[in-house]
Amino acid sequence: MTTQLPPGLSLEKVDEKIMTLNVGPQHPGSGHMRLIIQVDGDYIVACDPDPGYVHRGEEKMAEYRNYILNIPHLERPIIHDSCNILYPYCLAVEEILGLEVPERAKYMRVIASELNRCVYIQYWLGIYGIFLGHSTMFMWPMGDRELLIDLLEKMTGARVTHSYFIPGGVRNDLPANFEDVCLRQVNYFEKRIKEYADIFYDNPILIHRTEKTGILSREDAIRLGTTGSVLRASGVDFDVRKKEPYDVYEELDVHSNVLKEGDSLARSKIPWLDMLESCNIIRQALEKMPKSGSIRKKLKPNPRGGDMSVYKRVESGRGSLGCYIVSKNKPEPYRLKLSVPSFRNLIALPYLLKGEKLGNMPAVYWSLNYWPVEADR
Amino acid sequence: MLKDLITPQTANVFLGKLGDILEQAIGKPLGYAINWGRLWSLWPVHIETACCSVEFGAASGPRYDVERFGIIEAFGSLRQCDLVVVQGTITRKMAPRLRLVYDQMPEPKYVIAMGACAITGGLYFDSYNVLPGIDGILPVDVYVPGCPPRPETLIQGCILLQEKIKRMKARKIV
Amino acid sequence: MSTEKDSEQQEAPAAEKKQVPAKLDEQLPKFEKDLADKVVAKFGEKTEVAFVKPDRIRINVKKDNIKEVAEFIRDDLGFDHAESVSGVDYPEDKEIEVVYHLGSYTDPQLSKQILTLATRAPREDDPKPGNDSTHLPSLREIFYSVEFHERECFEMLGVYFDGHPDNRRLLLPEDWADLPPLRKDFSIKGR
Repeated sequence: MTTQLPPGLSLEKVDEKIMTLNVGPQHPGSGHMRLIIQVDGDYIVACDPDPGYVHRGEEKMAEYRNYILNIPHLERPIIHDSCNILYPYCLAVEEILGLEVPERAKYMRVIASELNRCVYIQYWLGIYGIFLGHSTMFMWPMGDRELLIDLLEKMTGARVTHSYFIPGGVRNDLPANFEDVCLRQVNYFEKRIKEYADIFYDNPILIHRTEKTGILSREDAIRLGTTGSVLRASGVDFDVRKKEPYDVYEELDVHSNVLKEGDSLARSKIPWLDMLESCNIIRQALEKMPKSGSIRKKLKPNPRGGDMSVYKRVESGRGSLGCYIVSKNKPEPYRLKLSVPSFRNLIALPYLLKGEKLGNMPAVYWSLNYWPVEADR
Repeated sequence: MLKDLITPQTANVFLGKLGDILEQAIGKPLGYAINWGRLWSLWPVHIETACCSVEFGAASGPRYDVERFGIIEAFGSLRQCDLVVVQGTITRKMAPRLRLVYDQMPEPKYVIAMGACAITGGLYFDSYNVLPGIDGILPVDVYVPGCPPRPETLIQGCILLQEKIKRMKARKIV
Repeated sequence: MSTEKDSEQQEAPAAEKKQVPAKLDEQLPKFEKDLADKVVAKFGEKTEVAFVKPDRIRINVKKDNIKEVAEFIRDDLGFDHAESVSGVDYPEDKEIEVVYHLGSYTDPQLSKQILTLATRAPREDDPKPGNDSTHLPSLREIFYSVEFHERECFEMLGVYFDGHPDNRRLLLPEDWADLPPLRKDFSIKGR
């Protein structure tokens, strides 16, 4: 028996076994994005991510502001990693305007960037704990994170939105006695996060929920173009700080952490190992930093770039973060594109969730080191 | 006599009158008690809209610990929540969803607009996809300025909201 | 082609500033030059090397040849993923440029390099995304990682990618009926 439908309407063919679930944007396990998940019983058949809930048109706005005015709004996509998102932008603008950064500023940038990476990863780890139903994992990193936020506040003047990097250097000098305080805090911080190995990574809650879920093989990680912790957890040794050293990373001893498993547990371990590595880098940078000297090049008001296009990338807390600027002899960029790691890792999500249990969805999703605001820009 | 007066047709009227009389008599002390209960157990909805959620997370962390002021950590189910903290920019794609979330919550419900973007559009005043403040879609109780506000500022905003609830009528007259 | 226009413009205002390509020819980095020469040797007239800088090569291709060039770059040069895909609008040329930044994870020699592959699609003043002449062949079959980037490019600039399985909207609201926002004639509030 067929029913007559009014024109323009059609009945969708629905498979009786398949159910469509809508996860987000209001969902404890989604953040600011929506996942349209099809489940067969308890198993995920297909997943269609629907980002864009925080798409604020940064790239369009950048075309109307000059190189200095672009700084505050470009760090908003990821405010708890704001130094690292400004880093490629500053490197690109420096190449366009032909600026040379003073040596001391380069080291200060490295210190700020590494501190910020730790701040980002601690936040990420805390939220990952909430996703896994492990409250201690929220409280510990959130508390330890404040130590480094204090340091960054001393250094830059703001809690999270630093606007510290500017083309040609950094905005202000270190406060008196900063090196000693920084060294002490970082040593204490390192001692704290070493305890995470026992508290979290030996914890049956975390292990049972993350081990052997969402396995991404080495070949697929390369094929999907993932980056950062997702890539390195799948056994590909690629760290921009090591492979294409920018600023003074060449003179520092950077070790990139690689794991072979490719599951959620490995993806959650890599950022933690990165934090330990960051502490090493900060100590090296504090030692090698020139004790005095200029911290920035004077900029003309409304500096104009030539006709050129520049692509620069750095290693942020989530992976390689690129900035592509087309300059057309104007004070504003003609086109600015941020190639953000969250957006690049998103492509792996439908792939990883296929065949996974629905209950594992938050564990896999957040292990991708995904921050929706950054992906949407 | 009362039996003659109350017929099935007029029972509704009498019950309504009775409710009015009761409210007149014990409304004030009862309302105080109800409000007192409400203001120390505000449950925010778990909805993040933009980057201010970082500072919201820090506020529920151990250093700032907003829970000691009676604001409990963000919660998943809308039916048990009575507070929306709008954490930052509302884009055109998010606005209908935010209204939907608000409509699904039971009365009474309160709104805190957190951050410059939620108040006026903030840095994104000229973006093509951002609403200039959320006043157009939600009735806001407390504005918390900052970009993003520090956790202390958010806590102050929550305390302001509690002050406001103390002075509110317990039963909203619709 | 429009890149000739670019170089003309470059000579006029910025000639005395820096970077006259002919002068720097001897100092061109060798490794990058070899890579670029390989592409030129294979395709000749079809490709044009826009610049060779340390760690960066840019190759401009016509849109009919982009697939074979991309295949050559993947198979013979060893670039295996796309870092970003960005569209740039050039209203005065009536063209939209799509730029692929390609990188390599597998080849340790290439890990520093970013190969920029640029192509141009015709642009229409009254765009109907998907239904006008602004089409480009999709590189998704060659570089799988461009999938979401190309979707973003489609909604932001209205470039339809032929052969892409999923040319849907990604970031913009569902009811977006205006011009694609990254076109130059779309202007934001008060500007």
